[in-house]
Amino acid sequence: MATSPTTPPTDEERWGAGVLPYVTMGYYQPDYEPADTDILAAFRMTPQPEVSPEEAGAAVAGESSTATWTVVWTDRLTDHEHYRARCYRVDPIPGTDQFMAYIAYGLDLFEEGSIANLTSSIIGNVFGFKALKALRLEDLRLPLAYIATFQGPPHGISMERDMLNTYGRPLLGATIKPKLGLGARNYGRVIYEALRGGLDFTKDDENVNSQPFSRWHDRFTFAMEAVKRAEAETGEVKGHYLNVTAASMEDMYERADYAKELDSPIVMVDLTVGYTALTSMAKWARRNGVLLHLHRAGHGTFTRQKNHGVSFRVIAKWCRLLGVDHLHAGTIVGKLEGDPLATLGYYDILRERFVPADPSRGVYFDQHWGSMPGVMGVASGGIHAGQMHELVHHLGDDTVLQFGGGTIGHPMGVAAGATANRVGVEAVVKARNEGHDLLAEGHDILKAAAKHSPELQAALDTWGSVEFAFESTDAPDVVPTSST
Amino acid sequence: MTPAQMTQGAFSYLPALTDDEITMQVDRAIRLGWTLSIEHSDAPAPRNHYWEMFGLPQFDDLDAGAIVAEVNRCRTEFPQHYVKVNALDPTVGRQTIALSFIVQRPGAHA
Repeated sequence: MATSPTTPPTDEERWGAGVLPYVTMGYYQPDYEPADTDILAAFRMTPQPEVSPEEAGAAVAGESSTATWTVVWTDRLTDHEHYRARCYRVDPIPGTDQFMAYIAYGLDLFEEGSIANLTSSIIGNVFGFKALKALRLEDLRLPLAYIATFQGPPHGISMERDMLNTYGRPLLGATIKPKLGLGARNYGRVIYEALRGGLDFTKDDENVNSQPFSRWHDRFTFAMEAVKRAEAETGEVKGHYLNVTAASMEDMYERADYAKELDSPIVMVDLTVGYTALTSMAKWARRNGVLLHLHRAGHGTFTRQKNHGVSFRVIAKWCRLLGVDHLHAGTIVGKLEGDPLATLGYYDILRERFVPADPSRGVYFDQHWGSMPGVMGVASGGIHAGQMHELVHHLGDDTVLQFGGGTIGHPMGVAAGATANRVGVEAVVKARNEGHDLLAEGHDILKAAAKHSPELQAALDTWGSVEFAFESTDAPDVVPTSST
Repeated sequence: MTPAQMTQGAFSYLPALTDDEITMQVDRAIRLGWTLSIEHSDAPAPRNHYWEMFGLPQFDDLDAGAIVAEVNRCRTEFPQHYVKVNALDPTVGRQTIALSFIVQRPGAHA
């Protein structure tokens, strides 16, 4: 049996019945030059000790494309070279038992415009593979020809700003708390207070759907009265993310149609509904002129561990392709997991037209997006007004900063909590535009703004020193170092 | 809604910007390649996208002082109107307003 990667098998060796190493079957080709039209994947592999990294990479390429565990003569009825994915590079990851395998897939392996199909191929069959102790999809390079087969965000950042008539600053939001238990009327009260106080958006939480304490139709009705009242008082466009997540597409369409009937500018859906349902909602949102907010509920089960699963940067790419206007992408400074540089990489992937490979941000491939609109990154989870300068410095303007506890837990009330956040963000943006260094001067900028805002002063007094300083479980391998 | 409560624009929750502060915002916009445009409205509670343009956008005016002089001309001509400054970014992928802020409210000179 020919097992050396450098010795091609004879026809008899290659096609005789029985089991062959994936390397021998042609799934490892270190001399392969990826085509511009290939989809490229970077997999972090932890092979079993007796499995060579080349064989492990070949196995991943094989099982995520044309191979099965044994030789099949029916391969020879196809142009099998054309369809075979190829592991073209395997790099050891220093200081670990892991390897980065780079795999190229021809575009004909995939159905146009279908994340379900893309994921069934690339992550469908390989993650339970016995020859590997663990496997993680770190990044995908998607050719522009493939990107152009997707709808993308129903509206995108630029159109959203036109719809909201709000420019030049981050948008502000809050998730209504307590997330479960409030009846529709009380729930609407919190929405009204938060929006009239100065927020742009309020939000249903991921698990607010249609429970006995608050059925969806009632919640939507009261929520939209709150939104309209706050709009009339402020002259601004406001919204509440009405969560249309439900057990079936028919239920989701019914809820979304009612949100539209109430003139809601935005609806939301949870990642738990699955990629196909998300794609259907993206098309609904485009068709109906309603923004689509995506809450990444459940992603931590497969994105968090560095050695196994799918990196969030890949999930972010899939969500931009299938088409959402908002996606939660981390806070850098809040209570939820997220290495700062890796998180900035997610925001780049959501918002930029071109994202260059940057190992320090965990980005393995250059990625062009053509004219596919950007997705507004949403920062939510344990953030407060005292961190406003850091949030604006790191995340920029095209983001929704969501202060749930940091609005609703304000000692002077919900509207005051909202005002504190709005004064804070405006003061920080104004100072940045004037040329101030936010990281160096941020605290002083906020303190000065609080002199004319008792609401901001109270927020700083309450939360000014709160931070969540835990190590990330998912930092990029490459740490930037000074070259001097 | 009273005029003082209308909170559109990037800086409505801050004290009214002085001319020097307006100059700094305009100066940055010019440096970023944006074009300044002045708009005004006599609506008591304007919630529409389209206000009256105070002339064409200042495509070729790269001097913040001249822009602020235009702002003051607009404020003098329409002392009881809302006035706002828009910075327009023509870059592909954006092609809309990049920054917008109110520089006068009716009855509350600011």
